[in-house]
This record gives sequence, C-alpha cells and structure tokens, in this order.
Amino acid sequence: MTVADRLGPTIFERSRPGRGGGKVPHPPKDALSRIPAGNLREAAPRLPEVSEPELTRHYVNLSQLNYSVDTGFYPLGSCTMKYNPKINEWAARLNGFAALHPLAPDEASQGTLQLLWELEEALAEIGGMKAVTLQPAAGAQGELTGILMIRAYHRSRGETDRTEVLVPDSAHGTNPATASMAGFKTITIPSAPDGGVDVDAFRAALGPRTAAIMITNPSTLGLFEARLCELLDAVHEVGALAYMDGANLNAIMGRFKPGEAGFDVMHINVHKTFSTPHGGGGPGAGPVGVGEKLLPFLPSPRVLRASDGSFRLEGAAERPTSIGRVRAFVGNTGVLVRAYAYIRAHGGTGLCEVSDDAVLAANYLKVRVAEVLDVPFTRPCMHEFVASSATLKAETGIRTLDVAKRLIDYGFHPPTIYFPLTVDEALLIEPTETESLETLDAFVEALRRIVVEAHSDPELLHSAPHSSPVRRLDETMAARQPNLRWRAMTGVQMPCPD
Amino acid sequence: MTYGPHTAEDRAQMLRAIGVDSVDDLFADIPASLRSSGLDLPAPEAEVDLAARLSELAACNRVDLMSFLGAGAYRHFTPPVVDQLLLRSEFYTAYTPYQPEISQGTLQTIYEYQSLMAELTGMDVVSASHYDGATATAEAALMTCRATHRERVLVSRGVHPHYRQTICTYFAGASLVADDIPLVADGPDAGTTDLAALERLLADTDHPVAGVVVANPNFLGLLEPMAEIGRLTHAAGALFVSVVEPVSLAVLASPGEYGADIAAGDGQPLGIPLAYGGPYLGILACREALVRGIPGRLVGMTADIDGKRAFVMTLRAREQDIRRDKASSNICTNQALCALAAAIYLGALGPHGLRDVAALGAARASELETALAAAGAPRIHPGPYLNEFAVRVPDAAAVHSRLIGRGILAGVPLARLLPDEPTLADGLLVCATEVTTQAEIAAFAAALGDELAGSGRGATKQRGADR
Repeated sequence: MTVADRLGPTIFERSRPGRGGGKVPHPPKDALSRIPAGNLREAAPRLPEVSEPELTRHYVNLSQLNYSVDTGFYPLGSCTMKYNPKINEWAARLNGFAALHPLAPDEASQGTLQLLWELEEALAEIGGMKAVTLQPAAGAQGELTGILMIRAYHRSRGETDRTEVLVPDSAHGTNPATASMAGFKTITIPSAPDGGVDVDAFRAALGPRTAAIMITNPSTLGLFEARLCELLDAVHEVGALAYMDGANLNAIMGRFKPGEAGFDVMHINVHKTFSTPHGGGGPGAGPVGVGEKLLPFLPSPRVLRASDGSFRLEGAAERPTSIGRVRAFVGNTGVLVRAYAYIRAHGGTGLCEVSDDAVLAANYLKVRVAEVLDVPFTRPCMHEFVASSATLKAETGIRTLDVAKRLIDYGFHPPTIYFPLTVDEALLIEPTETESLETLDAFVEALRRIVVEAHSDPELLHSAPHSSPVRRLDETMAARQPNLRWRAMTGVQMPCPD
Repeated sequence: MTYGPHTAEDRAQMLRAIGVDSVDDLFADIPASLRSSGLDLPAPEAEVDLAARLSELAACNRVDLMSFLGAGAYRHFTPPVVDQLLLRSEFYTAYTPYQPEISQGTLQTIYEYQSLMAELTGMDVVSASHYDGATATAEAALMTCRATHRERVLVSRGVHPHYRQTICTYFAGASLVADDIPLVADGPDAGTTDLAALERLLADTDHPVAGVVVANPNFLGLLEPMAEIGRLTHAAGALFVSVVEPVSLAVLASPGEYGADIAAGDGQPLGIPLAYGGPYLGILACREALVRGIPGRLVGMTADIDGKRAFVMTLRAREQDIRRDKASSNICTNQALCALAAAIYLGALGPHGLRDVAALGAARASELETALAAAGAPRIHPGPYLNEFAVRVPDAAAVHSRLIGRGILAGVPLARLLPDEPTLADGLLVCATEVTTQAEIAAFAAALGDELAGSGRGATKQRGADR
C-alpha cells in the first residue's frame, strides 16, 4: 500500500448508526425537563458515529498524508520550521499547567504566573525591551496590539492626525492588513535596489501624518537593514514610532536587541524562534515587547510580582491608560510553557548559538544553492535567503512553482514561493539551525537534479509532484463552486438511547 | 547546542564553503553601534534539571481544588484518544497547508472540522479557526459592519465581559461604535437581554445598527430569547450574531434554527485543556450569503488533476497575504491544532455522547442549585439555565476566599468580572459539568453552609497548611 492509498473516506462516510459510545454515562431521563421546549434543539446535530478503533485509524492515516518537520526538511522561508523539542510537549501536558482554570485565583495559580513572569523577563532581555505582554495569540495579533498601542500613544499626546503607517513593499501581508484593522492608512514604500529599505524614499514619505513605520528586520529577503540607524533617527525626528516585525528574530539573538537599537515595539512569534510547534497552522503566540513610551498602553492584565515574591494578575481598572484586552483571559499559556522550556533549555549562551548556527546554515546553503539557481543578493544573509528561478524560466520555461512541486518528489517541503513580492520567481529558503549538513547538501543535490530535468524533461516538472498522495489540485473549481462542508451523512441516525 | 546537529567540523566546513573565517563575519551588516554582545539570561539547563523545574512550577498550581469554575472556560472529560492522536507529530509539526499535495491530512481534518461545526451551529460556512471566543466574536462584529456598511453594533451585557472588552479594543482601532444592551434588572426575565432597550437602540435611525451580539447561554448562564432578538434585529436591517458554547448545542436550539446570521464562540469545551486561558479555539461560522466576508482560512473540497478527491485552502482573496491592506482581517496563524482536537473529540463522543455530556452537566447543575439553596445561597435569577448560574452569597468575595482554604473553588465572584453591575456584587457564578461529582456538590454545600452559619472563620487558619 502506498501513502496515496491512505486517502480515505471522510469521518462522515465512516459513520454507522449505533457505533461508538461508552465515554460518559447517560444522564437521568429528566435532566433537561426544567428547560422550556422552545429553548431546546429540534433536530439533533448530524455528527458521525464511529468506534474508537475506526476513529484512531482515520486520524492516523490522515496524519500520514502530511509532510511535517518530524518527517523531513521544511525550509519554508519566514516560518522558521525548526525542530520542536519533545520536552516542550511533555511540559505543557503536566496536569498542574494543563488543568489550571484561567479564572483560578492568583493564590491558586502561582506556578503558571511565575513561569509567565519569568518568560516576560527573558523575552524583554532578548528584545532589549522594557516590558513584554504575553497576551496576543499570534504574530498578527501581536502586530495589532503594537499598532493599537502606537495609536493610543499618539492620542494621549493629542496627535490624532497621525493616520499613516509606512510599510516597505517587501513586508509580510499581515503588516498592511494590521495597519488597516487599526484604522491607519498604509503607505507602501518601494525597496532599494540592494533589497534593503529605501531610506530616502522613507524620508520623503515621513511627516506629521506618520504614526509609525513597520519594518521587518532582518528583512523578508533575509538581509539586515544596513541603514537602520539613519532610518530610526528620521522616524523619531518626525515624532513617529518604529515597529519591528520580529518574525525573523531567530537570526539575531544576542547580536542585536531591537529595543536598545531604538525600536519602540516589536512582536515575537514564539512558534518560530522559540520552537513551539506550528500545529498545522496554529496555535502560536505573539508576545509584544515595548520601550518606555508604550509602557503605559500595554494590554491588560499584566502579570505582576509583589514585593513578597508572589505573583498576581493586574486588576481590571488598575491601569486606565491600557489599550484594554485583545482576547479573553491571559494568553496562549499552553504555548508559552513550551517557549519557556525552550528558553531555559538553551539559556543565554544557547540562544546565541541558535542564531549563529541558523545564520551559518543559511549562508552555507545560499552559497551551495547559488551553484544551481539565481541568488539575487550576494551579501551575507541572516537566517534565510532569496533564490530565484528567473534564469531557469528564461531558459526552459520552468517556473518556481514547478521547481517547488518537483522538490516534493525528492522528499522535501518546498520553500516559501513567490514571496517576497519584490523578487521575480522567488524562493525564500530558511534552513534553521536544526538541520544537519547532510540534509542541506541533499537539498542542493535535489535542486541540481531538478535544474537538469528542467532542460531535459520539462514536462516532468510541469506535472510534478508525482509521488505525493494527491497531485496538483483544481483550485479554480474549489473557488468557483465552494464546497466547504459535508452535507450527506451515511445512514439514518439512531434515536437517542436512554 | 541542545537540539542542533552541527559538530565543530561541520561548522568549519560551512565557514570554508562560505569563505569567511568566523561566524562573526556573517553579522558584519549590523552597524557597530547597534551590536549587542550576548544575553543576560540563566545558563543552559540539562533536560533532567529542566524537567524537575517544570514539574515543580506545575505543582505550585492548585489544580487539586474542587472546582465550580466556568465563566467561559469549562472542565470536561477528554477521552484519552484525543490527546494520543494530537500527539501525531505529522499534525503538530506541520504548518499551514500551503502545499496541498503534501498537506491532505491537515486539509481534510480542517474540512471535517468545518463540517462538524456547521452541524452544531446550523450554519453553512465555518472558518478554519480564530484565536478564541473573544476574538472570534470581535471578528463577527466587524463582519456585520463590513456587510452592512454601518458603523455601530449593539452588544448585550450578557456577553462575556472579556469578549465585550475585546470588541471594544478592536472597534477602537477601526473607529467603530459598540454600544451595550442592558440586562433586565428584575422580574422573571432578570439577567437576560432587555428587549425593550434593544428595540429603543435599534430605533435610533441616525445611528443605524450593523449587528446585534447576544450570547446563549449568556455569561450568567441564562437562556436568552434568541428567536425574538433575531426578529427585532432583522427588522432593523441588522445582522444577528449569536455567541455560543459548543457543548450546549447538542441540546439547545442552534443559531441556524433561531435565525442567526453569524455564530461565534469558544471551542475549548470540545476536548481542549483549560491551560490557564489558552490555546483555545475561536469558532466563527456564518450563512452562505456572508462567505466572502468571513475572515480566516477556509478549506474546500476539490479534485486533483487525476480527478481524485482532495482538499485545498480556498477563497483566498479575502486573506492578508493576497489582499494586504484590503484583507478581511490580518489573521494568519490560527488555532488549527485546537480545531483538530475539537474534531477528534466530537468523533470520539458522537452525537449521543455529546448530548449526554450536555444533559449530565444540566442534571448536576440542578443538584448543585438545590444543594446551594439549602445551604443558604439561592439563585439570583429565576429564568431557565443549562449548567451554569449565579447564586447570592452575603460577602461573596470573602466567602469565596475562605472556601479555598476548605479546598473549594466556589465559582467566580461576579464583582471581579462585572464590577459595573452593583446588583450582582454579592453573586458567585457557579458551574457544573459531567465531571462534577455528587460528592463534590455535597462538600461545596456543606462548606458553604458552615461559612454562612458563621462557623467558617476557623477554617481560614488552615489555608497556609494546604500549600
């Protein structure tokens, strides 16, 4: 049986009336009799009825259709798909952490509160920030939190006409989307020819209407912004603030602290730099660090330490300058336990080594990939780099998409493709520090063979992948006639047993 | 390095290939004035010591207390099969299924999650997940403004206060207005959304309403007149957002049945650990007509070029990486693994099991109501509830605190979460589920009876000894 044969029916097609059960006892017959009939459901939800063995096979077989970090190399640029240590998973499942109710009183929550407080301190040190909030649930929500704090800051100074946020064209899509959500107008600034931010273009766009700039540093091209000092000075000169998208923090731990360099606020993706698993799309967490100016506006509640060494959550109205809550309760604590474990396992020296090895691996891979594809920016990269199939396309008609799909046949997850938007036929490649030299070399060999194939047998690439559970999909049909839910259940559902 | 594979020779080989002498050379682009040297953090910790530290911290949390806490996060039995399957690292170490050919596992599970949640809510379209109930509700409120081109929503004060605060935060950014709908102060409908006030607020034609947001059961555990609220809302040309608790939907009327346009809520009760507030699961579902305005990822069924059934992320033109500043939301990372947990949980319980969970919680709650009333703490509101309700306890905060010394977490003092509702200042919000035992109910009632009879003072002294 090949992996493709594991493509199975949906859980709904597996359903047979009368299967399953035994998880909880039946309630007394009159359990719901005190509830007026008008409040009760007329038709029971058509949920599937499956036995536990079938349920287990369903999900185990589905899992095997996935490519994952634990399966192989996943050089998805800007996503930092590093190994997820298993002790993190173990720690998050400790009953003391997992079973703690979010409204448990502080005196019953000291272990988690201490962990969160220590994590805030560690992230503040890594970012060179004055303080950190752990509340945001993801990087994008961290961005929103940061931009809302910037909005509150300007408003507290009466500067309500600062309505613009400047974003370079190489930015993640979340940056302009965040600015819009926070009520700002996004001004897109073209990149300089060397891939960096065009400081002069920024300077020209800066003014009394500028609320903030949002910079990803290292940039989405994997380059450190060389003219950062000038840029930050210019921003602060006009009274605007500087937001740093910390998506690429994995490159710079111990080498560069954004807060010390003059950034006013930064989010951190713990599911990138601090090894919490990506979960097929989430959950992550997006802590936000701030400098002095934004300290009063941090979301509420903060975790505080009292003089007697005990910990508590800030009260509801304790800090009226706060932007308020960005979600319920305290944060994605289960994710944060994993990040804490990772930081303690590495310590200060270990985290510096993480960044050094991530940058070393990326530069090595860049030199090797340059043997077979275009690498538009030749200066040393940080933790990731951009390659391009532009020349290959000109010579053979083979596009980056085809290269990416063919990599699947060689057993690799493709890099991020067609991002950043500023590079033609881009492949954004991020090896991370947890991939061995043998893996990096094997990846280059696969690319080399693909380039040969592009010349000798282009059709093989146009129709790739060939070895995956399914082949290229009809995305047009998916969008034209959206089928977003299963509607037909197998069999007639049994009446509720009593 | 703890998890890194590189030997000294590997590093030397890489440096030679790059053509630099030291890794420091690779950081030459960082301006000298901005460079930092190292991190002032504790030394690395071996796993054996780290495991001990984490165990110790976890042990400082009092999860041994008998808990009657609910208020937006609920203790349930999770069949072990749920976590065992979640530990398949092909699921949890994958990322967003950008390459559908090698992500069919994640894609099919999300499609099935969407389908399961559509069944529960009675809606057509379910997003592949949001962060939590609060943010899903805020996104739902924003959806109503985009869909109607109006700028004001009405939010019942029966919606969880954290959700209301989150809506305020999101709305402040977008310069939109969120007005409260008060609760009925007394009488048979006390504690539910005030329909007369809702009608008045909807009648303000100078400030047309985009959406009306009401929770069922509401924050106080009470069942709301959802069908009537839906009628009033639609008569004013507004959209109706229902905030739901998913286990309750096994027995309570679904948003689809009572005419809601959007359903939002938190999926935590579906097999997701309490974990001090997250990660949870933001449920966001809507009717077909709103599909192009729903934020977050959607997975659809399609076919591959060989005609084989397959799944793919679709209607992507709503999303930030395509539309940038015109996107329906900035959401990128979501809570896919929590959606998977919910899907496995629903599969493990099945329709009858889920109904049993909801009904057993209701049965235990009835017993709790009777026992607490006998102990001197009657319900505050007379209306129907499912498995959560508020009781009146003189000096509630102090009694709550003293009961911890007796090993009991007596729900949530309402003064803490609703400081602006003076009529509820002496209220405790308590909850029972299928895991609440009759012994726990008896112990709670006995201890509360003791406290209210004035014999509880002595217990305070024992508190330190418990730690």
